[in-house]
Amino acid sequence: MRYERPETIEAAIALLADAEAKSFVLAGGTDLLVRMQNDTFEADLIVDIKSIEGMDAVTQTDDGFLIGAAVSAAALSENAALVAEWPGVVEAANLIGSTQIQGRCTMVGNLCNASPAADSVPALVAADARVRIAGPDGSREVAILDIPTYPGKTSLTKGEIIVAIVLPKAATRSGDAYLRFTPRTEMDIAVVGVGINLTLDEGGVVAAARIALGAVGPTVSLVEEAAKALIGSKLDQAALDALASACSAASNPIDDKRGTIAFRKQVAGVLARRVAQTAYTRAGGK
Amino acid sequence: MSFDAAYQSKVLKSVGTRPLRPDGVDKVTGRARYGADFNMPGQLVARVLRSPHAHAKIKSIDTSRAAAAKGVKAIITAADLPDLTDGNRSLFAILDNCMARSKAMYDGHAVAAVAAIDEKAAKVALQLIEVEYEVLPHVVDVDAAILPDAPVLNDTIFTKGVEPIPKTPSNVANQAEFGHGDVEAGFMQAEVIVERSYKTEQTHQGYIEPHACVASCNTDGTAELWVCTQGHFVYRQTCADLLGLEVSKLRVTSSEIGGGFGGKTHVWAEPVALALSRKAGRPVKLVMSREEVFRASGPTSATSIDVKIGTKKDGTITAAQATLRYTSGPYPDTWAEIGAMTSFACYDLKNVKTVGIEVIVNRPKVAAYRAPSAPMAAFAVESAIDELAHKIGMDAVDFRIKNAAKEGTRASYGPIYGPIGIGPTLEAAKTHPHMSAPLGKNQGRGMACGFWFNFGGQTCTDLNVSADGTVTLAVGTVDVGGSRASLSLIAAEELGIDYQDIKAVIADTSTLGYNDMTDGSRGTFSSSMATISAARNAIEVMRHRAAMMWDIPPEDVYWEDGHAVAAGTKHGNRAPLSVKEIAAAAGNTGGPIAGHSELVADGAGVSFATHICDIQVDPETGSSRILRYTVIQDAGKAVHPAYVEGQYQGGAAQGIGWALNEEYIYGSDGRLQNPGFLDYRIPVCSDLPMIGTQILEIPNPNHPYGVRGVGETSIVPPLAAVANAVSNAIGLRMTHIPISPPRILAALNDAARN
Repeated sequence: MRYERPETIEAAIALLADAEAKSFVLAGGTDLLVRMQNDTFEADLIVDIKSIEGMDAVTQTDDGFLIGAAVSAAALSENAALVAEWPGVVEAANLIGSTQIQGRCTMVGNLCNASPAADSVPALVAADARVRIAGPDGSREVAILDIPTYPGKTSLTKGEIIVAIVLPKAATRSGDAYLRFTPRTEMDIAVVGVGINLTLDEGGVVAAARIALGAVGPTVSLVEEAAKALIGSKLDQAALDALASACSAASNPIDDKRGTIAFRKQVAGVLARRVAQTAYTRAGGK
Repeated sequence: MSFDAAYQSKVLKSVGTRPLRPDGVDKVTGRARYGADFNMPGQLVARVLRSPHAHAKIKSIDTSRAAAAKGVKAIITAADLPDLTDGNRSLFAILDNCMARSKAMYDGHAVAAVAAIDEKAAKVALQLIEVEYEVLPHVVDVDAAILPDAPVLNDTIFTKGVEPIPKTPSNVANQAEFGHGDVEAGFMQAEVIVERSYKTEQTHQGYIEPHACVASCNTDGTAELWVCTQGHFVYRQTCADLLGLEVSKLRVTSSEIGGGFGGKTHVWAEPVALALSRKAGRPVKLVMSREEVFRASGPTSATSIDVKIGTKKDGTITAAQATLRYTSGPYPDTWAEIGAMTSFACYDLKNVKTVGIEVIVNRPKVAAYRAPSAPMAAFAVESAIDELAHKIGMDAVDFRIKNAAKEGTRASYGPIYGPIGIGPTLEAAKTHPHMSAPLGKNQGRGMACGFWFNFGGQTCTDLNVSADGTVTLAVGTVDVGGSRASLSLIAAEELGIDYQDIKAVIADTSTLGYNDMTDGSRGTFSSSMATISAARNAIEVMRHRAAMMWDIPPEDVYWEDGHAVAAGTKHGNRAPLSVKEIAAAAGNTGGPIAGHSELVADGAGVSFATHICDIQVDPETGSSRILRYTVIQDAGKAVHPAYVEGQYQGGAAQGIGWALNEEYIYGSDGRLQNPGFLDYRIPVCSDLPMIGTQILEIPNPNHPYGVRGVGETSIVPPLAAVANAVSNAIGLRMTHIPISPPRILAALNDAARN
């Protein structure tokens, strides 16, 4: 196995594009290093992107935030402007693993690992975040939702690297939140995850809503029906009931070692109510 | 020299204090040597090929391609571990479990092993071994395994313990019955009866250190084994038996141990490593992965238990019975029998009957797990006791106090109790502030009692006084919970010297006589007895040396407070001689000073505990959080109270994990779905509150200081205490462990529907 630590994105892309066999990008390594312990794991090339300039930076722009691919979850929580504008995204990233893991893990890694249970992904989808991709054929920008295609699979092509997450500027009177269900308090994987971003009008009525579910299908999903349930409401009981029903209905989980279908569908609705109320309060709703 | 083990009440100076453990600094700095930290020049790396099938006939194994692979030095199959067990069925089970002979009996069962120059070469070789299986029908569930249509896993098993012996084979290996009185008559007298069935899932000890060893066989018939174990003398015996070695020619050295909890009382990989080393002619290192530990070491039984208890409305239990079905994995064992013995041990019952049924399934061979078999039985019985108390409107503690066993009670498993601690732990629970603390919405409190036998056994200890008066203590029981500190305190107490002047080590099998392993909560109990005896023997030597130094008769010298003192007015002007002074002169008074002891530590006092648990349940998700937890347990005498508290807390933490989330999950293909700590959920720190402890000291009459074993009982009550707390929080009786969020939510949904 070859380990490379290129200093430019071009060099990193060239390494990956030329690699003949199994190659992996290494950022925080909290998924990759664990997988490397498996008997069945094989790698020919590991490309560590942490030495590439800008990868570890959070930049506030006129349009929002640019978060480098090697920025750790802990670093996100230390950026006051980001926490103020996107508290749901930051709290989601800081539910991954444990304090020690959060010092290493990255949102881009969480996304590229392509687990349906990734904590930061529903929050990013709710925030309508995009990713900037660099590859042999140049750069492109795509929605978060379009990256994972199946558990463990992404839409990235050979040689492509996600270099940053692009978070839009949060709308006025908006708020986001994320909650996940795990049997343990930490060091656990979401059985259900819900990310919600709400924007209110001047009267406190929900004008826009994005609701994303994790761990209840092969990839994270954006639930339009759930958004419809909230838009036009002030989160009254009927709206929350409709939200819960829509989220339960949109859940398409499996029975597995982490939970049953019935449990996941029901808890998706319960969490959606709770997350919506937090997002609403953060948006200034009363 | 004869040794009087009877309890003597006296003021103790060292015993009962809390000094730092001697192994602490090495452990927190990473310097301590665990199983995988041993290395030998030229050692090979071993890997084991395991069956992917829950039940399959091994039709053929072709190792020729693997043997030709680069770097491969030896490959073994069952053929390289010929059957030398001579009709000993339990030894044969160990052998067959180490390396499957004709059939793979569970997912993960070893079928071949490779020793190669490095891990990569070994892994490549594994892939080149061709095993032809004929997959057979399997069964993993305890209840399904005893149904008439279940596949019979071993057609030589005809249920033992029933008359007449069945004519057809089945998965019930044996049946054992205990009790006294007439339960049918007892139930006739009952005014209220609770009858329920309970289930517990299989759990693993979850020790952080995987099994690891280095084996080195020499051509002259000697061999060495460095291994992480709870009992190196027992490992030596088993490995020698399986490999056909002379016992004294196999030297086994135990490493530091990163947890065992019963799981390291049994050999898994060690005979394999020895066989590979014998074949390769080089040392072989074998370290199991976490996945292998889950799939192929020794978890505890899954159980299905029926309980029936009847009481009068005044709280007098008139009859109690239980039928307990325990899985033992693919080979017959006695786990159900032990469960049946412990089930009603806390109570004074006129009419009691328990039946233990041992069930064979396609799961790993069960090993001991901290008070093995007792927690599941206690879960079922203490749940029913709790429900009965509710039904007759009596406080759950008072109900238990009214029926608690006491000195003179005939235990449900046979013996008559001496002085015991169940009553005092219950009285302490009744007055504990925890019991009267207020509870909020969605919160519930549960309590439960637990019993464990404790064990003594064969023990051998050496105590050597060095020239500077410091002392080395060589013991043969592996230190799993701070026993080197405790035993040093004991030696300090006896000799009358400082704890700091004693260095305790775990001797290897060639430098000390045989010791049973550290199980049955016996480490500190039995080795402290042997240490006291060895210290008294050393004092006897020192008394004679002092007499020689003073040139007076030994009868005129007595030992007091760390010094030889000359008796009577005749010698009254002589200053007492310290250990240091006597040791310094040893070269001129007869040579080295030592005390030796070999004994069977009889009379390990039985142990009881009462636990109290507060829990909060989220009724919308079924999630639960332990809010407060208190352990009250009889220690006899707490030698090192901080480590006794640690044992109480550790057992409670493991029991809470078992109660709420831990379980082996099998797919319909019989394969283990969660062989890792991500999906086999032991509690993390933030899942638990600081666990409160209260040590009671009811002296064990059979130990000089009154010590009882403390290591295991603390895991017995938690399953029931947590289940009772959840049941009280949600108003529904939870009968299936683990009480995971999906199970709680499903129960709440069912109740809402009805």
